[in-house]
Amino acid sequence: MLNVGKLENGIVLDHIQAGRGMLIYQALGLDQKDCSVAIIQNAKSSKMGRKDIIKIEDTYDGVNFDQLAYIDPDLTINVIRNGELIEKRRINTPEKLVDVLKCQNPSCITTIEQGLHQIFVLSKDEVSGTGKHNVYRCAWCEQRYHVGR
Amino acid sequence: MRHFLTPSDFSKEEWRNLLDLAERIKNDPKRYAHVADGKKIATLFYEPSTRTRLSFETAMINLGGSVIGFHSADSSSVSKGESVADTIRIIGCFADICAMRHPKEGAPMVAASVSPIPVINAGDGGHQHPSQTLTDLFTIRSLKGRLEDLTIGICGDLKYGRTVHSLIRALSEYSGIRFVLISPQALRIPSYVREETLEKNSIPYQEVEKLEDVIGDLDILYMTRIQKERFFNEEEYNRLKDSYVLDMHKMDMAKKDMLVLHPLPRVNEIAPEVDNDPRAVYFKQVQYGVYARMALIMTLLNLEEPSC
Repeated sequence: MLNVGKLENGIVLDHIQAGRGMLIYQALGLDQKDCSVAIIQNAKSSKMGRKDIIKIEDTYDGVNFDQLAYIDPDLTINVIRNGELIEKRRINTPEKLVDVLKCQNPSCITTIEQGLHQIFVLSKDEVSGTGKHNVYRCAWCEQRYHVGR
Repeated sequence: MRHFLTPSDFSKEEWRNLLDLAERIKNDPKRYAHVADGKKIATLFYEPSTRTRLSFETAMINLGGSVIGFHSADSSSVSKGESVADTIRIIGCFADICAMRHPKEGAPMVAASVSPIPVINAGDGGHQHPSQTLTDLFTIRSLKGRLEDLTIGICGDLKYGRTVHSLIRALSEYSGIRFVLISPQALRIPSYVREETLEKNSIPYQEVEKLEDVIGDLDILYMTRIQKERFFNEEEYNRLKDSYVLDMHKMDMAKKDMLVLHPLPRVNEIAPEVDNDPRAVYFKQVQYGVYARMALIMTLLNLEEPSC
């Protein structure tokens, strides 16, 4: 097992489906942040077989991790303060994502309409055929958002 | 305030009420000649259309109302860069209801989100065309006497044909419906229609390439236009092109009471010789579309049924 140092203060995103760690890194815009980040990919997991882990050395207050539901609804969020785990929780899947995703349909009205929010709605009862994540559709054109495309 | 953006905006009961009203209008159109006196419909057509626009305009005129609007983006403030949201806010000051066609998918939904008047989606890109669906359902119910227990063949461009997507969604609400989807491999229905409508509701369907293999099973044959440039390669086009032309040879293989519908315009996918067959109802379908749109306008404007 690869060892990465213990966090004093920060966030550990654990139980990420293997292969989705970089997508989460990009979705959170971590490449733009002034903080140390460790991405562990394809780590062995007794529950999942393989998983990804992201450790973020930052207080990272105010970030809405629930928006990651479109990538991986089953990851866990661990908040570390002074070397102690003070909060551990799962994602609460939002019904709606506003200005988080951009519609991938070149014929969508969002490509030309000024001032229009990018709204995606959780499509209930719909199962993704490409891995375990929620299906979100554009509220305007109903096009499904494909993760990683 | 109600809008009509996709077939699922109306419940099954509301659909029945709408079709019942269209039936009463068809049986006695003169009785409805003044129910919309003083009302105006704005037909906002950002791309050209003949049948749909004229059908809406005729429907409103038949109800006693009048018409304003534009027929292309070039002849409106859109050419100056005006947004859909601003356009509908302004049109809402002039008209009581609007029918919008737009090349971009979701444009009528954007309009409805800020509109002070009911918005009808008259076609948005390859997405939805629910008033055509209303026309189709009304035609089928009027001529078949039911919307249940039917085997519906849909033939042609099923990938980009918005009328097809709306029709499948609407008919999936009825029991005993089975779809036979006839198209080249490259033009099969989009996965979201297959997943969200057919598979989610356990609707039986089959996908085939050749019309002649299945035409004998069909109660309804819904033809759509298919263009050569939609095929991936010329070889596939040459192999299949004749299968998508309905002629009397294929009609001879069909049931005696099968109906042929088409959203029009027809190019060469239905041979003119078929027009004289009593099973060819696509021109009657246009007339039924006017009654259906009259019923839709009355419903969205909450217009009262005239007393007998």
